[in-house]
Amino acid sequence: MAADGHWLTFLVLMLPFAGAAVAPFLVRSFGHNAAWLLALIPAFMFYHFTGFLSSVANGETVAAGYSWIPSLGVDFSWYIDGLSLTFALLITGIGALIVLYSGGYLKGHPHLGRFFSFILMFMGAMQGLVLADGFLTLFVFWELTSITSFLLIGFDHVREASRRAALQALIVTGLGGLSLLAGLLLIWNMTGLGSMSALLEAEGALREAPLYLAALLLVLGGAFTKSAQFPFHFWLPNAMEAPTPVSAYLHSATMVKAGVYLVMRLNPVMGDTVAWETILPVFGGTTLIVGTLLAVRQTDLKLMLAYTTVSSLGLLIMLTGFGSEKAAEAAVLYLVAHSMFKGALFMVAGGIDHETGTRDITKLGGIGRAMPITFAAAVLAAISMGGLPPFFGFLAKEEIYAGLWQGSGWSGLITLVAIVGNALMFAVGFAVALKPFTGPKVETPKHAHEGPILLWLGPLVLGLGGLLTALASPLSHRFISNPMASAVVGEPVEISISVVPHVGLPLLLSVMTIALGITAYLALARGREIMAGTLRTIGWGPDLGFDQAIGGTVRISSTVTRVVQSGRLDYYMTATFIALALALFVPMILFGELPALPDFPSLRFYEWTVLAIAFIGLGAVLHARDRLTAIVSLGIQGFAVALLFMLLGAPDLSFTQFMVETLSVVILALVMTRLRLSPTDHRPTGEKAGDIAIAAVCGATLGLMLLRVTQIPFDDTLSAFFAENSRAIAHGRNIVNVIIVDFRGLDTLGEIAVVMIAGLAILALVRIRAGKPADARKGGG
Amino acid sequence: METALSATVGIFFAVAIYLMLSKHIIRILLGVAIFGNAVNLTIFTAGRVMREVPPIIPEALIAPDAATANPLPQALILTAIVISFSFFAFLLVLAFRAYQELGSDDTDTMRVAEPESEDLPPLGY
Repeated sequence: MAADGHWLTFLVLMLPFAGAAVAPFLVRSFGHNAAWLLALIPAFMFYHFTGFLSSVANGETVAAGYSWIPSLGVDFSWYIDGLSLTFALLITGIGALIVLYSGGYLKGHPHLGRFFSFILMFMGAMQGLVLADGFLTLFVFWELTSITSFLLIGFDHVREASRRAALQALIVTGLGGLSLLAGLLLIWNMTGLGSMSALLEAEGALREAPLYLAALLLVLGGAFTKSAQFPFHFWLPNAMEAPTPVSAYLHSATMVKAGVYLVMRLNPVMGDTVAWETILPVFGGTTLIVGTLLAVRQTDLKLMLAYTTVSSLGLLIMLTGFGSEKAAEAAVLYLVAHSMFKGALFMVAGGIDHETGTRDITKLGGIGRAMPITFAAAVLAAISMGGLPPFFGFLAKEEIYAGLWQGSGWSGLITLVAIVGNALMFAVGFAVALKPFTGPKVETPKHAHEGPILLWLGPLVLGLGGLLTALASPLSHRFISNPMASAVVGEPVEISISVVPHVGLPLLLSVMTIALGITAYLALARGREIMAGTLRTIGWGPDLGFDQAIGGTVRISSTVTRVVQSGRLDYYMTATFIALALALFVPMILFGELPALPDFPSLRFYEWTVLAIAFIGLGAVLHARDRLTAIVSLGIQGFAVALLFMLLGAPDLSFTQFMVETLSVVILALVMTRLRLSPTDHRPTGEKAGDIAIAAVCGATLGLMLLRVTQIPFDDTLSAFFAENSRAIAHGRNIVNVIIVDFRGLDTLGEIAVVMIAGLAILALVRIRAGKPADARKGGG
Repeated sequence: METALSATVGIFFAVAIYLMLSKHIIRILLGVAIFGNAVNLTIFTAGRVMREVPPIIPEALIAPDAATANPLPQALILTAIVISFSFFAFLLVLAFRAYQELGSDDTDTMRVAEPESEDLPPLGY
């Protein structure tokens, strides 16, 4: 399957992981300036992927890979088309800027090397996710992004809030990942196709499959948790506990878009059904509105951005699921625009935090003069976010309205949701970009001044990116938007929108949105109070629910533990032996393996006698009222067993048994003089009957099993081997002894070791009087 | 012969298990001792039995010329007897020391390792 020349792509897929391995060493040598070196990795990857642009723009795709687990038909394979290529370019391009930014943001942090390692690992995982073709390849990378996200959110692990956020993100996205795995396996099972490229070729196969709805719900379970759709949105704002580069990269530009990527990837094969076009817009639209309303409530710059990210993800899901070709194109445009402006705004927020010491929007103002470049980057990004010309966000918004409005009630409702959501996002975006920089100067914890180049380069490049891609829209459409939209729609499409406004309904709706947005911006402080009051009234939220679920799980498990592990030996014994009886008895009956009825045994007189002696010994042990009787009776059954061995051709066994039984009786007599043997059976009658029943069933089952074993033909290969070779090879006539000291000599060595260790342990037990010196003097003599 | 031995093994196991289900440590120990014999007899019987012919090669021969008792289970049991004896001796001393330290031979009251009431694990993160 692997064609020559694809090895370079494979290398690029593995490159970030190699970078993660060397990052700590580079930081040790170069300090935070290692960022310049490490940024070369994503830059090279970006360069590698630009090489695919022209062929993909011509409608070609690349599917390649290596055989991974041939016996299961699992390949490590990748698939490059417009969709995955755009994602790969975003991941590597923004990744390079983020690596630089991290160097500035975490300059002097003692664990900077570790941080670079994590972020490069994430980059590799995310890149693998969007390029993966085989389902299992996709799943492995999907989970890797969850794990690296966990590591990055919990980077500041000394704070409990960080740990909680990291665990929460891992649990929510991890559960989603399991759901995704189930969905992918179901699809694999139904269609027999285990890769995206194969699935995309067999277009109708999945939609008509019997369990289409189940597969859809399972896959969406993965996509919605990863992309923070309501009601799973709560982990994303909490993930803001991570250092800002992480928020900018994972939790706005890339990882949270994995769910959107998955939905877009499956749109051609799963879309165009009633379920698809209902579930996606409903969840996406709800997320959009809930996200913006919650964003209005926040005063922390990062949290404001986080909630608008939630709503943007909702908008993307809504657009992808809406069903019209133009809506899908709008989703593509908005996704590209969002990755740039939101990444930039997060980095701006981090820069403000870094230079002033606060991210609280009510405590910031007038720092624009001190931080002009950051201010410029913020404004560029906010204009794109607000959807004003001539920025890429404007193209996206025009396309959104062109795609959504179809004149019917349903499309009207969705359009209204989009207008309200966009207007509120406009307000929040400009609040973040303008409020801290303009107005009267407010005293901040640190004296504000422009940060180093590492801190403003990233946001400025991304902010300008939103402008340039829009101005050169024919070029960006040809190489980015068109191929990606074609992959999402499933057939070649042509996007024509440009920065020159066309008079029409979309423009009118855009103007409405902007007017509404400006109103909301002016009334933001009032809106914040209203939202805060509303949330107080509601009180409960999924975030609190998460704590309750975790607390409940801990309580349930500790209750279960207390029941299962009661700390009482007789419970454990009873459970063990009931399980033993069931495990042996039930299969014997189910599989008809009960022994045939045997003939009455024909034993010689003395054999009967020996058996009788054994039984008498056993009975006496059971009924012994005093210590001596019990010990002697135990000895009787032991000697009876020794006699039995003697009669059945095992003199060695017999001899050992005699010795061991004698020793046992002696030791027992020594020790038991101190122990109490209760004169009557202590158990109440009911318990006694139960114990007798359990013991009887166990005994009967074991006896029956043994009988059954002896009724099937005997394989004496091993015994014959020993008989043949004892003298020939090992020069011994007593075959049993030869086996013990020669053929299985190592076993005997182990046995001796056991005896020795037991002896040492006994010695230790007798000698050591832990913490009781008085006792030691008394008992030591 | 195997039939009779199977029945014997069943009875040995039943008695041993009944004793081990008790709450008094000394009875449990007696049960363990009998359990060891029951297991040895099981291995012995499963290897089939033959009367009075120990697996010994006559002086003049290189291999036994007639059927003998099966040597393999005998070798296994020989190891098992010794190990079960050391195990039994260890248990015995352990029980005795536990009785000395705790002043009880009732397993219900010997709860040092798993105390009666335990607090909930911490609910933080």
